Amino acid sequence: MRSLTLVEAITDGLRTAMQADPTVLVFGEDVGGEGGVFRATAGLQERFGEARCFDTPLSEGGIVGAAIGMAVGGLKPVVEIQFSGFAYSAFNQLANHAARLRNRSRGALSVPLVLRTPHGGGIRAPEHHSECMEAMFAHMRGLKVVIPSTPYDAKGLLIAAIRDPDPVVFLEPARIYRSVRQEVPEEEYTIEIGKARVEVEGSELTLVSYGAQMKEAREAVQALAERGRSVELIDLRSIYPLDAEAVAGSVRKTGRLLIVHEAPESYGAAAEVVTAVVEGAFEYLQAPPARLTGADTFIPLALGEHYYLIRTGQIVAEAERVLAYEP
Amino acid sequence: MFQAFDPREGKRLALLNPEGCLTECASALPHPTDEEVLEAYRVMVLARQADEWAVNLNRQGRMPTYVLNEGQEANSAGALLALRPDDWFVPAYRELAGMLLRGLPLHQIYLYWHGNELGSHLPRETYHMLPISVPVGSQPLHAVGLAYAERFRGTDRVVIAFMGEGATSEGDWHEALNLAGVWKAAVIFFTQNNQWAISLPARKQTASPTVAEKAFAYGFEGVQVDGNDLFAVYAAVRQAADKARAGGGPTLVEGYTYRIGPHTTSDDPRRYRSEAEVERWRALDPLLRLERYLQNRGLLGAEEVREIREKCLARAQAEFEQAERLKDPSLEDTYRFMFRELPPPLKRQLARRRA
Repeated sequence: MRSLTLVEAITDGLRTAMQADPTVLVFGEDVGGEGGVFRATAGLQERFGEARCFDTPLSEGGIVGAAIGMAVGGLKPVVEIQFSGFAYSAFNQLANHAARLRNRSRGALSVPLVLRTPHGGGIRAPEHHSECMEAMFAHMRGLKVVIPSTPYDAKGLLIAAIRDPDPVVFLEPARIYRSVRQEVPEEEYTIEIGKARVEVEGSELTLVSYGAQMKEAREAVQALAERGRSVELIDLRSIYPLDAEAVAGSVRKTGRLLIVHEAPESYGAAAEVVTAVVEGAFEYLQAPPARLTGADTFIPLALGEHYYLIRTGQIVAEAERVLAYEP
Repeated sequence: MFQAFDPREGKRLALLNPEGCLTECASALPHPTDEEVLEAYRVMVLARQADEWAVNLNRQGRMPTYVLNEGQEANSAGALLALRPDDWFVPAYRELAGMLLRGLPLHQIYLYWHGNELGSHLPRETYHMLPISVPVGSQPLHAVGLAYAERFRGTDRVVIAFMGEGATSEGDWHEALNLAGVWKAAVIFFTQNNQWAISLPARKQTASPTVAEKAFAYGFEGVQVDGNDLFAVYAAVRQAADKARAGGGPTLVEGYTYRIGPHTTSDDPRRYRSEAEVERWRALDPLLRLERYLQNRGLLGAEEVREIREKCLARAQAEFEQAERLKDPSLEDTYRFMFRELPPPLKRQLARRRA
């Protein structure tokens, strides 16, 4: 089996899906001839032609709006929004149309599109390039929101998103696009949207994270193991629908929860995860559920970025605080 | 194709004068058959009667906010008459006559305004039409995507998208025109310039003398037509559709018209415009003009005019009763179309609401 980086697995997922289904189109800014600024669509135009993989004008609302029409017209558009902050321009189309056409037409019409966009900071990018918008997408209603943290999951989740009959926002952890390699099957396979994955089993604390933040979460679990602590690590993978049962089930076993994400704290995914645990594992809790998240600030530019990002040491310290809590 | 009617030279395509007589140049342009004109006339009368009845119902408290079409019926009627039934129709919300011509039953349209999403249940291969679009200016982009999909699948279907002149100030409208120009999309953008966006007059909407001329900046033609003239609308849209079908790309058609009534039943236009202005436009009523034309041609008698009007009113009343009789949506209906399959959070929320 080939060993691929996360971004290569995304390219592989697109190629596999386009091969299997001739109605799958891939387009966006610089995705055609250039192959994407992150190279996620490299080689697709050469292989599938300009009608199926092409460049668009700089027009995020236009890309998503046109994709809605294509989806209603029987195609499967997979659009790339080049940098996260530019997706705000497409919110009108996403919230008012893509997310609600099935409901407002009482099931007569649907919008099976996939919106891919990078997620998060830590790559010393210019302004507006490092947004974590998963809670905003999830809150729109009518959108599924997924975010992989491994190459294997990236391909499987992307193919599941493309096959999904409803709109899916596929967030890509740009910081770890190339940081790890993993064996990825050549063939088409899917990972069910809405299912979290227990990456490490443990008994004393449930640590939940997703996307690029999983990198520090893994390191923290390792560091805690070296100190003799047994931590269960869950990769959420889907922000909406949330796998509430996977998290609550784990906490029923461990009695303690720490959720870590890069996105701002207030009204973020962590609040939803904590609620899932309070609702599904209240009697089992041995410590108040804890969250370690980005602040309600804008992510600083390169020189100040470290004030915002969550480091492994912070996760370890917070985990130890939760572990030490005595009722 | 529209060189003789370049809006940048202040020209407007008009074929049927207010006295109901066709100008000489009409014969050189595509025109509907007598039978089609009569069909359009009947639909326009039905639209007018349906509106009047809806206002009546609104005052009785049986109809929530309703959008009126009075004075603008020839725009969507003429346009839809010029298209094939399998061409895509992307409406805004003031295209009642066009919807009726497309074959959408009046009771279903009433159902939407009455407050039931089932009114927008439009199976793809039945009507080739998207539901009414309330977010102003957002829907022309869908037309561009539909045109791409049809070309990709090798059909020669074209797409028409409607919007008001207010929509032309929205970013999505410009993105739609730009994409359509670049992709040579088979789209007809039809702007019903009815002079008023709620209380904002057209001159405060744009500094451009016409909407139509904006098309040239996007690399395609624009033409302004008398929107109260069924023949002018038909001629422009028919030519634009033929061009698009042949791969010639998009056209922007501006129907120069007037909103005789309020924006909706919740609006009072006396607060922002003069009665004298409205009266001037009443004299240009598209329905009256068409009636005179049909009578001049001996295709319609005075007695028939009265009869058609009465029949249409009775039909509007019956169709509303049909809509009103339909069972209200169930609790489940408001959940089950969020996704093809309800995900766990929605299942849980529905169960809680049921309890």
